[in-house]
Amino acid sequence: MGVRVRPFECWDDFKRYRMEYYRNYLEAKENGSIRWAGSAWAFDPVPAGLGEDVYPLTGEPYGATAAFFRDFSMRALETIERKGAARDLCGYMRNYWGSVAMDRYLLADGAEIEPFPKPDFNFTIHICCTHAKWYHYAAELEGGVPTYAVDISVGPGYLLNDKKIEYVVRQLEDAIQWMEKVTGREYDDELLIRAVENEARSMTLWSKICKLNQNTPAPMEEKSMFSFYVMTLLRRSDEKVVKLYEKLYKEVESRVKRGIGALTQEQFRFVTDNPPPWPFLKVYRYLEENYGAVSVGSIYTFGLGAAWLGMDEKGENWIWEPAPTPEEAGYEIHDRRSALWWTAMFNLKYRASWQHEYSHWIRKQETYQMVKDWKADAIIMHLNRGCELWNMSTLEVRDYLVRNGISVATYEGNMADPREFDEARTFNVIDSFMQSLGIEKLT
Amino acid sequence: MVVAGIDVGSKMAKVVIMDADRNILSYVMARTGTDHRETSETVLGEALEKAGLKRDDLEKIVATGFGKISVPFADDEVTQVIAAGRGAYFVRPSARTVIEVGAEESRAISLDENGNVRDFALADKCAAGAGSFVDAMIRYLEVTPEEFGQLALQATRAIPMNAQCVVFAESEVVSLLHSNVPKAEISRAIHDAIADRVIAIARRLDIRDDVLLIGGLANDIGFIESMKRELGKEVYVPEDYPPELIPAIGAALSAVQGVR
Ligand code: SF4
Repeated sequence: MGVRVRPFECWDDFKRYRMEYYRNYLEAKENGSIRWAGSAWAFDPVPAGLGEDVYPLTGEPYGATAAFFRDFSMRALETIERKGAARDLCGYMRNYWGSVAMDRYLLADGAEIEPFPKPDFNFTIHICCTHAKWYHYAAELEGGVPTYAVDISVGPGYLLNDKKIEYVVRQLEDAIQWMEKVTGREYDDELLIRAVENEARSMTLWSKICKLNQNTPAPMEEKSMFSFYVMTLLRRSDEKVVKLYEKLYKEVESRVKRGIGALTQEQFRFVTDNPPPWPFLKVYRYLEENYGAVSVGSIYTFGLGAAWLGMDEKGENWIWEPAPTPEEAGYEIHDRRSALWWTAMFNLKYRASWQHEYSHWIRKQETYQMVKDWKADAIIMHLNRGCELWNMSTLEVRDYLVRNGISVATYEGNMADPREFDEARTFNVIDSFMQSLGIEKLT
Repeated sequence: MVVAGIDVGSKMAKVVIMDADRNILSYVMARTGTDHRETSETVLGEALEKAGLKRDDLEKIVATGFGKISVPFADDEVTQVIAAGRGAYFVRPSARTVIEVGAEESRAISLDENGNVRDFALADKCAAGAGSFVDAMIRYLEVTPEEFGQLALQATRAIPMNAQCVVFAESEVVSLLHSNVPKAEISRAIHDAIADRVIAIARRLDIRDDVLLIGGLANDIGFIESMKRELGKEVYVPEDYPPELIPAIGAALSAVQGVR
């Protein structure tokens, strides 16, 4: 008998938020509001202290949205290549730059608006070799937008100490003064405190939701998760995002209780690692429709958006358990310093995607444990030419997993460049992989 | 029961007729040409004729290869990886690593003790690791395929070829010819370069003995030597059947035993 499936009740709420997000950024100036742009990894609660009318545009989700709309993406990529950008640079960044260079802004539904709305300032972080360059060049294309990048490359969370946190906190303190100067606004610490608390709540709620997908049948498949996780990358410090996740948590919990799954026939469970090929999400549909194969999670969606305990204190094992909120940790946030200290510590220590950049070993443990904890039959890895940082240890991880008895398939592509994906060959890889595991096609 | 396995590659179409006891009754290989459908009909007809059989005698036809969709009369299809793995195990049961270099792509397959595919890696984005690269090089050197392989064995020194891409390799070969580098050394350099790229794919897997080389390039003695040298171990080629026939054998085996 098949599994019961049903659409998510809160689907439209997430969709609406995403539509409003891009529109709010676009229309901010009409009401004298502030807009800023930066990496989705930037310390999003910090600009929130400038007022309740501060609207961000985070680059990676924007790049992914652009890539999803292939025609727009092709024009953006070709525009920026004509200006001299190399094809092997970050795919998200090239879509973003191309969009700025074309002076065309994309809304979540694919509508194009002219001109591209310039931010009041760029505020980003620097861990991957792309991040700081991204906004320095964007600033140039935009005709000189003030730009600030916070260096966070202090090492993995389990080796974190006060000195390293302090290094980041001081940069954030400077950033606040800088923001006051470039916007002419007075900074409100109360707003910062609320934003920092919201950030922790959004991220830990998303971890708890991800954990629910360990159940069989899995209540969510990855394509839906792409629409859910992205809130943590758009504006995780927003109270509305916390509310969305609270609602989603309740709904997923109830799906688990009622045995509602993502697929009618869950024949095969897998996880994935890197960002997906956004213009070709049909890879997931192909797996679902032909093999009843459900992606129950990924290092990308879980690692970017959620907060996890991560490596244990000895740096030996990865723990996929939600990180504590300030409340759960008994940490009181009462002023600017304590707020900045928490957000610095929380991200440096618990943001999974900031851990595995430092060592293959961490990524190996993280991936291995994900396959085990989410009861996956295999992992399908995307050899993604669009992102240097995430792709760094993919083949080492693959090797490690195979040696440890885990079935692995790999396919080549680019998360954000439609020209670098071969659909027929990818399906061929999937068929070969499934046949090698003896998985029958659904009739 | 009599079955057929048909492998439609980008350069050659191959058919194997097999009985229920897995005896190969006949096989035919021919250039694919432009009309894959017509070619597959023709090769199948020829193979049946060689075996003294009629189309109605066939109980099942399984297709593989990149042109498998152009075999509308096939009852089922099997991926190249599975077909190559099964065929390789059939011709050499001690094979644990199968390296196939075809006209358009190369792949490496790791087999377990029972001949099941345990892992695989494909290179399909570039012609540099495949037979079409050799075809291009043969044209520049103005030699026959047989001479090309033999020449490499006569080289007295190894010279590196740096180009990763056929287009650049061509200009590198031209400049070596202009510098009066003997063709033997150029041939070896080309073979070493291809072996290097193919081995880079195979190294994604755990390369275990025996290593069996299949696909059209396994006919090239210069390439076999380069593979042995670069891998630092013995490399085998099928003894009783042409190396490019192996996936068609695997397809026929799949027809006998079921695709999965
Ligand atoms: S981590 Fe990847 S996607 Fe993010 S900026 Fe760096 S290269 Fe781009």
